[in-house]
Amino acid sequence: MSEHAIQLTINGRAHEARVESRLTLSDFLRGDAGCTGVHVGCEHGVCGACTVMVDGAAVRSCLMLAVQADGAAVTTVEGLADDDGTLHPVQQALRDEYGLQCGFCTPGIVMTLASLTGATPATDPDKVMNALSGHICRCTGYQGIRRAARRLAGLAPTQGAPTHG
Amino acid sequence: MKPAPFDYYAPTSVEEACQLLADAGGGATVLAGGQTLMPLLALRMSQPFVLVDITRIRALRGVSRSGATTRIGPVTRQNEALADATLQQHQPLLVTALRHVGHHQTRNRGTIGGSIALGEPAAELPATAVALGASVEVRSVRGTRTIPAQELYFGPYATALEPDELLTAVDVPEWPTGTVSLFREIAMRPGDFALVGLTGALTVADGVVTRAGVAWFGMGPTPIKARQLEAALVGQRIDALDAGALAELAIADTAPFDDLHATAEYRRTVGRRAFAAALGEALNLRKAA
Repeated sequence: MSEHAIQLTINGRAHEARVESRLTLSDFLRGDAGCTGVHVGCEHGVCGACTVMVDGAAVRSCLMLAVQADGAAVTTVEGLADDDGTLHPVQQALRDEYGLQCGFCTPGIVMTLASLTGATPATDPDKVMNALSGHICRCTGYQGIRRAARRLAGLAPTQGAPTHG
Repeated sequence: MKPAPFDYYAPTSVEEACQLLADAGGGATVLAGGQTLMPLLALRMSQPFVLVDITRIRALRGVSRSGATTRIGPVTRQNEALADATLQQHQPLLVTALRHVGHHQTRNRGTIGGSIALGEPAAELPATAVALGASVEVRSVRGTRTIPAQELYFGPYATALEPDELLTAVDVPEWPTGTVSLFREIAMRPGDFALVGLTGALTVADGVVTRAGVAWFGMGPTPIKARQLEAALVGQRIDALDAGALAELAIADTAPFDDLHATAEYRRTVGRRAFAAALGEALNLRKAA
């Protein structure tokens, strides 16, 4: 089994490490880099909980080897909120719209929505809604997540949206 | 759920990759986007001694045209292909099929060549390659050869590629003006593998079908070319087509199976209806054009 020296940036900070060839990016991010916001659910690409951004694109980090991230810029959920605790607009929208309960799937959903919304030019709203199909949530019934996504994609709120407060 | 140990190489040239595959003596597996292979590794259904990651080979990426053929580099990511202006203009069926491949997140990593080389029988791209009459260029230290897509698949994940061969290009013929697409996918959820999938193209000139290429996915151990349907369509006037009779011919070459999600009979029933609906839609678009 080969070992490899890798260099990458994680949430804007440079990292160097030696990794086993078979180490997944998800396990590297949690175990070596301390980014425990990367949640590992199914470990074979079905649930979407481990989604992170690699060079700005949302990907499942369990379906990528750590060695493949050599030279890449990785963003996890830890890299989104401001240092003073101000939430990223995606996090705020999910909070406002009750888009989470237990929170296990949430970091992955946050990373997908963050990769697609707030971009210039704006991403096609259908694409944002369709991208949610890459995530499984066992608590919410998805309606709160969809409301948050619709708001972020610039769509009108649906009926039955909760009042804030 | 952790991959078994392997040695990993990330060559930057095709020659280097072919040498690594040859040196491994059959023990190597090619890693492209990894969106199908990584689950197989995690589940230990695949345990190669050597993994050859080809995603750092720049020459294997991108789309080009030569004559009436579109050449797609196998490492082109599925989302890159979806956004490619050349493919949107000259390969509309392929672009339609790509929208159904996995999820947005897996299309950011998954590649055109990876899907075609693996040969998952319920996947969209192998069947679309068969329908359009595509071929693949494969290279090894022994030389280069071309394999028509319809001769590529033997069974689930079993292909004509030898262990030392690398898929280096996908060549897709550009169908002429007057071609319409047929596409239907029935799955439990968007992004799941198809229970039933239909992909194809019909060329119509002066109201007559002049060329037909249709294939099924999820309807047998490999992509299934609907040969009897194609033969029946060519030469027919489109205003005289009998969708019901053609639907029976459309599924005549399929070999669906029972599994947890659907019976073979259900797949045949859905297949007939999917074909009739897709044909009606395509011909209405043609008449309106």
